[in-house]
Amino acid sequence: MKTRLLMSSVALAVVMTAGSALADKANDTLNAAFTKELESVDSYFNSAREGVILQRSIWDGLLYLNQATGEYEGNLATSWTWVDDTTLELKLREGVTFHNGEEFDADDVVYTVEFVSKPENGVVTQRNVNWMKGAEKVDKYTVRIFTNGPFPAALEYLAGPVSIYPNEYYAEAGPAGMALKPVGTGPYRVESVEPGKRFVLKKYEGYHGGPKGMASIGTVDIRTIPDINTQLAELFSGGLDFIWGVPADQAEKLALMDRLTVVNESTMRIGYLELDAAGRSGADNPMTNKLVRQAINHAIDRQTIIDSLLKGASKVVDAACFPTQFGCEQDVAAYEFDPEKAKALLAEAGYPDGFSVDFYAYRDRSYAEAMLSYLANVGIKANLKYLQYSALRDLRHKGETSMSFQTWGSYSINDASAITSQFFKHGAEDFARDDEVLAWLDIADTSVDPEVRKENYSKALKKIADEAYWVPLFSYNANYVFTKEADFTPTPDEVVRFFHVRWN
Amino acid sequence: MLMFTLKRLGLAILVTFTVSLLSFSLLFMAGDPASAIAGENATATDIEAIRALYGFDRPFLVQYADWLFGALSGDFGQSYYFKMPVSTLIAERLSTTMLLGVCGISFALLTAIPLGVAAAMRPNSLIDRTALFLSVMGQAMPSFWFGLVLIVVFSIQLGWLPPSGSSTWRHFIMPTVVLGYYAMPAIMRLTRAGMLEVLNADYIRTARAKGASETRVMFKHALRNAVVPVVSLAAVQMGFMLGGSIVVESIFALHGAGYLAWESIGRNDLPTVQALILIFSLFYIVFTFLSDLVNAWLDPRIRVG
Repeated sequence: MKTRLLMSSVALAVVMTAGSALADKANDTLNAAFTKELESVDSYFNSAREGVILQRSIWDGLLYLNQATGEYEGNLATSWTWVDDTTLELKLREGVTFHNGEEFDADDVVYTVEFVSKPENGVVTQRNVNWMKGAEKVDKYTVRIFTNGPFPAALEYLAGPVSIYPNEYYAEAGPAGMALKPVGTGPYRVESVEPGKRFVLKKYEGYHGGPKGMASIGTVDIRTIPDINTQLAELFSGGLDFIWGVPADQAEKLALMDRLTVVNESTMRIGYLELDAAGRSGADNPMTNKLVRQAINHAIDRQTIIDSLLKGASKVVDAACFPTQFGCEQDVAAYEFDPEKAKALLAEAGYPDGFSVDFYAYRDRSYAEAMLSYLANVGIKANLKYLQYSALRDLRHKGETSMSFQTWGSYSINDASAITSQFFKHGAEDFARDDEVLAWLDIADTSVDPEVRKENYSKALKKIADEAYWVPLFSYNANYVFTKEADFTPTPDEVVRFFHVRWN
Repeated sequence: MLMFTLKRLGLAILVTFTVSLLSFSLLFMAGDPASAIAGENATATDIEAIRALYGFDRPFLVQYADWLFGALSGDFGQSYYFKMPVSTLIAERLSTTMLLGVCGISFALLTAIPLGVAAAMRPNSLIDRTALFLSVMGQAMPSFWFGLVLIVVFSIQLGWLPPSGSSTWRHFIMPTVVLGYYAMPAIMRLTRAGMLEVLNADYIRTARAKGASETRVMFKHALRNAVVPVVSLAAVQMGFMLGGSIVVESIFALHGAGYLAWESIGRNDLPTVQALILIFSLFYIVFTFLSDLVNAWLDPRIRVG
């Protein structure tokens, strides 16, 4: 991989001096690239970033989160009220039609909620939907959604992953049909889908407007190009107008080119080390010792890793969540970089000469290697075991990893329940198994009083930091590179809203 | 010849069965498929339910037989990842790979054999040295690097060819050259060595002595004998191209079967991987079988022996 990056840098240097290209402003087409093969366009049947991006363009949610103000606005709903702790009543927007001409009303909402909330229908991202119990039509434009117990983050989910499907079409086509011929109410309709390969979106002229506004660019043509170097080549030769996720070193060089705009923005993904405090991988493992965990926290120079490797808008994180998320307490114990202190803590814990441990990772090998050398510096001999994500996850679920480098993007949900509660509620991916933390998170996840939620997330996050269950590392960032002819402002939720891209 | 064909065919069928059994069992033992399908956040009950739904709780041989009968009728089950029939998925990807493979091997043969013959006719001449240089280059250059160089030159600087995709014939030019160039050196050197050996044989001297033209000597007498091992090698190379063009497919974003296989392994998409392994092995088996037949036709001694 290193050689490939090196070589592509050479190629880049050759190219920088040459070549002009034609962007497709002339025929009103934005050519964009996905890196990963998307499994299904049906947003309930994929768990990929690419899927979220298509979902926001093709479908609408009942609500919309204004990224600038952080306020919820009506989208397919125009107003909403909590009737009681578990019942949300929504008034729906009138005069909306789906891409296939089907009229939007309460029946669509009821059908969608009823379908996705039933586990037997096999929605892949269960946590996005399993808080809903069902829905009921009050009249043609009024609907009630029932939750399984109080669920304060409901609005966040209704503005995010829960999009409304056309009842008649979905009943007939099902997830398989929806994946090939998606139909929604969103600002873009789908012209064609070649599964995993290519997706062509056309501006939906009949769009209701709403908070997203009308799309500006007529056609968005998305191809899957797995190799980043090929994406760059397409960008240079004019075959692509828009890519993102470009590595920092290449983005720096691309920024020097006249025809390209490079914008860096933070993402909600954070990196962390998961330490087996609960002793799932063996009661004698050193991670069960709090002093060892604190020593590891002190051993790693996170700021230097950011400065030299991640760059951009990345920041050091101390709490086990992304700072903008609701409930993500920032006033928690922070462990400054101090190798001497780390060594002292290790000696105090009974490991004056350090120890050996397997260090598991599945991405960002260079970051992992940097951490290995910091650990070696305090006497911890960490052996890198680099695995595919699914293989590592299997090992973690079986509780066989005492130390692993993980990342989590929270599905762009701006609420601590999407991360802290995900990993500290005694599930298969909880290596702390702290009963007190569990109790606080249970309260925080289900209380409807924002203050009570904040207080309990705060308690949980403080204890997680004090006990050093994780080594929170840094937030990730993304480089967006696009033709100067286009204008786009990325957001920290890493959702590319094609309907907000316009020509200059 | 008929007896020979039947014997080889029988052997090919046996190998196919063995491979199918191996591919089915190996992947099955690689991990718990039910847990792979269940994905993140699945509880033990979810996994049990999936195990029953997909029939993973049945005896191994029953599952194998079930899968094999399905496979024989072209039904490889549903892809766990794409949630569509594996056969539909593979059919679409395979056409790209087959086209690329045929183009690649044709390119390799059309450059390697003439070069090999020319090199053998004048050993140590300029043409021999050039051919040697080209083959060393082809052997030494990693295909991802060669691919990127071609893209930089022909797509970016000259703007002649599109860097990625598969929608027109122009998209296939660079991948063909990269893939073909990788297979070319071995074929060329084997042709050259075979020709050199044959050219010293008595029957060539006889052919020349009886006054046959040089072209006739070269192509009718020498090449026909020298090319026997080349046919076997080309068959193996062809099999490799169809199954192993992962790098080329990924650089040029061709979305063929090789790339699909590689990605499916990472996704634990068992039905797709099983089907692809079986199909790739079938390619090898079919090509080896065909090359045996061609060789038997070229060289009567093989038929009898």
